[in-house]
Amino acid sequence: MDYEKILSRTAQEIKPSGIRKFFDLIGSMNDVIALTVGQPDFVTPWHIRVSAIESLERGNTYYTSNSGTPELRAEISSYMKRRFDLSYDPASEIIVTVGGSEAIDLAMRALVNPGDEVIVPQPSFVCYGPIASLAGGVPIVLETKEEDCFKLTPAALKAALTPKTKLLVLPYPNNPTGAILTGEELEGIAEVLRGTDVMVLSDEIYAELTYGRDHVSIASLPGMRERTVVASGFSKSYAMTGWRLGYTLAPAEVTKQMLKIHQYAIMCAPTASQFAAVEAMKNGDADIEMMRAEYNRRRRYLVGGLRGMGIECFQPEGAFYAWPNISKFGMPSEAFCQKLLYEGGVVIVPGTAFGECGEGFARISYAYSVEHIAKALDRIEKFISKLS
Amino acid sequence: MNELLKLLENDARLTPEALAMMLDKEVGDIRTMIDEYERDGVIVGYHTMIDWDKTDREYVTAMIEIKITPQRGRGYDHIAQKIYNYPEVETLYLMSGGFDLAVFIKGRTMREVAYFVAQKLATLEDVVSTATHFVLRKYKDNNVVYGAAPVDERGNEF
Repeated sequence: MDYEKILSRTAQEIKPSGIRKFFDLIGSMNDVIALTVGQPDFVTPWHIRVSAIESLERGNTYYTSNSGTPELRAEISSYMKRRFDLSYDPASEIIVTVGGSEAIDLAMRALVNPGDEVIVPQPSFVCYGPIASLAGGVPIVLETKEEDCFKLTPAALKAALTPKTKLLVLPYPNNPTGAILTGEELEGIAEVLRGTDVMVLSDEIYAELTYGRDHVSIASLPGMRERTVVASGFSKSYAMTGWRLGYTLAPAEVTKQMLKIHQYAIMCAPTASQFAAVEAMKNGDADIEMMRAEYNRRRRYLVGGLRGMGIECFQPEGAFYAWPNISKFGMPSEAFCQKLLYEGGVVIVPGTAFGECGEGFARISYAYSVEHIAKALDRIEKFISKLS
Repeated sequence: MNELLKLLENDARLTPEALAMMLDKEVGDIRTMIDEYERDGVIVGYHTMIDWDKTDREYVTAMIEIKITPQRGRGYDHIAQKIYNYPEVETLYLMSGGFDLAVFIKGRTMREVAYFVAQKLATLEDVVSTATHFVLRKYKDNNVVYGAAPVDERGNEF
């Protein structure tokens, strides 16, 4: 059969994630230290796991309502108020989703018409462009620069707006750079958007992992709530990646459309995960605090270690990644990372995995123990001393 | 600075250089702080945690509850000192509740432990009674779970 003719053209046109083939190389190698993982190394706190176990023991194995259990939506609503001063009605403005990924997908599919432009600042997480394309949209990449601390600037945004612009993806705190946007910087972005019909998809999955200052949601700025969909979830803040649980916060009109898509495509988020999430939001503040403090120490250790060996590294203020500038080694990022893997025994992710503008950079995760990071830094230092 | 102490309690091998980076301090300051903690007896020692069950060492651990009658004017400290001076005693706590002292000792065999209790502890004049409990298995100690070394099973998603 000629599958090329049979298969959906849209699906075929999506590029596979470039990083997969790089990871495939690793499988065949022994004694490799990885600093690649994009998820916490902590296990979900026990009291949260117990809530799910108990829900199973009680026999809570049914579907929940499409938008999630009323209890969880109420908890999400009060958590967002408490942490980020956002007010959303649990009944009409919150949907519990299968991870932050589904939240992003729902927002794109509910907002984008064929041909609409979706502005995607890069470097950023890999899913925005492909999901925009699947929704019929046209991803417009907006490169952020090291001299701007990888922040989206109002001027760059203004220049990228066209009559076809439908949506701005706002991926902060940022994976992979660790950049954040402060309240003032968000105000600059908001000022460009007010009075337009451009909507914002604010991916705030790393909102709890900022160091030194609290995260600000663009939806909390005047006039922005009505034009924003907040996508967030439990994965990074509570170390719950495998539970696949996220949520959307959006005005009722937008939520109504997203809920139809969620209802037909997904039905509802996993029930046991929802029970766990209620416990997380009720009693998990101390867990977040503990993990944030630990990430912060690792962040300082990793960035200090890299700078100590003469590698320039932008100061990350959020998420759990460092984004060193490796251009001085005179190789493309992918070649550098491959050489580091083969000759240094350490795996990091080439910056180009997060957009072409990631050339000259690499992503190093610090979702690892300090001991692990220390061993990797030792190897990296030996490796680069041989290069020069 | 409790954060420094907590880090060292968790991993005594962290170097002053590493600690300085993690805590955003000068290396010299970290060295001074550690010296002061050692001098003041806040840091009283450094240990390695070993799962002896994975070695060929034969040993038993016992927890011995001791009830005592403290002597007038000398309180518990005097009898406690008499007990902890035995090198066999690894750990000694004064307890609230149904007994007074909790003694942890390691011996090569149960007979050796029983002999120590009968000969050395039970015969002390303030000791009213003892109850010896042998440890069958250590599941967790000082925040570390004993068992198979953890494997990183996380998927390489990002």
